[in-house]
Amino acid sequence: MMRVTPSAAGLGLCSCRACGLVSRPDPAVGPARCPRCRSPLHFRKPNSVGHCWALLVAAYILYLPANLLPIMETGTLFASRKDTILSGVVHLWETGSWGIAAIVFIASILVPLFKMIALTLLLISVQRRSTWWPMQRARLYRLVDLVGRWSMLDIYVVTLLAALVQIRSLATVRAGTGAIAFGAVVVLTMFAAMKFDPRLIWDPLLKESES
Amino acid sequence: MSTNTKSLIACRECDLLLREIPLLPGGVACCCCCGAALYRNTPGSLVRTLALTLAAAILFIVANVYPILGIEIQGVRNATNLGGAVYSLWNQEMRMISSLVCVTTILVPAIELAMMIYLLLPLSMRRVPPGVALILRILHSIKPWGMVEVFMLGILVALVKLADLSSLIPGVALWSFGGVTLLLAAVAASFNPRDVWGCLDREPDPKVSA
Repeated sequence: MMRVTPSAAGLGLCSCRACGLVSRPDPAVGPARCPRCRSPLHFRKPNSVGHCWALLVAAYILYLPANLLPIMETGTLFASRKDTILSGVVHLWETGSWGIAAIVFIASILVPLFKMIALTLLLISVQRRSTWWPMQRARLYRLVDLVGRWSMLDIYVVTLLAALVQIRSLATVRAGTGAIAFGAVVVLTMFAAMKFDPRLIWDPLLKESES
Repeated sequence: MSTNTKSLIACRECDLLLREIPLLPGGVACCCCCGAALYRNTPGSLVRTLALTLAAAILFIVANVYPILGIEIQGVRNATNLGGAVYSLWNQEMRMISSLVCVTTILVPAIELAMMIYLLLPLSMRRVPPGVALILRILHSIKPWGMVEVFMLGILVALVKLADLSSLIPGVALWSFGGVTLLLAAVAASFNPRDVWGCLDREPDPKVSA
């Protein structure tokens, strides 16, 4: 796949991330700002790949405690149990709530994993200046951006349960330490996805068609 | 190449430089290189968005004041609203999670709704409020962090998890959150920031452009 038409950056034009206005920044004036909304202008998000890697590695590291530590501690008169994300899903499945078990499994386990693997793939391909399947990679990025927020699901469930189930000795629910790690994974991967600049996917193709 | 960059537009996802063309009402322009949506023509979107935003704001207040859910175990009752849930988590030494929930389900949606009303109310009366550019920039950057729809799904999962433990008493806020979720989705679909930026271009106000 080739690109025949020029990119804005190739012609010295810069589009504003906030308002979309295309303008020609003047390097003599100092740090460029959008003439319409005064946002800082950059041809590409500054140091996008480096920042994205840093956030992503942090998310990978926290993904372990997020899945191994309990995110919820339930105590009743007779028993107490500690649930990790996966054991919570298994418990839902065993009690017959298959639909909800599937939703939680997708939102809490598959989505964060998919997001981190997809971003790793995108970052490596961008760093290697790959021209491999740009359209599919662009779609992959759009999907990552779209589904990321749904991982917050388990945090909200734990919040509601921990607030509601506080009936003295009869039943109590507390949020576990795993919830902190899990929340951090979701926030870090969201920041990583925001930091990634999808225009980098297309830049190598342009160089190829120019030469 | 002409020096006038007003009619030019660069794709947000692949930086392809394109010339803007007029669209039919309801039409969407897509990038011919990567397929990303570029801009839409949404006639009457300002007034419609204002109506939806006002409705969402009223329901949002109801959803935050009244309890979402109550439970009853052997005659002992407990109910909570959203603020109560955040507060209770804060007291359980889960401050980070508590703040995260507070920001994504209370603060960001509240700021978003307040700013939209501040923006759209004067604009629908053909006046440009001061600080439009700043407000649009803030709206653009906080948008990903409002997660009312995810919270709604969280309520449903919590309902299922509680169903075998106790008897449930659905609160007024449960239905209000459902309504807020739908209305916010409608607001996002109908709001077209390009129209507002367009208003700025047409009425050059020194206070705004400064």
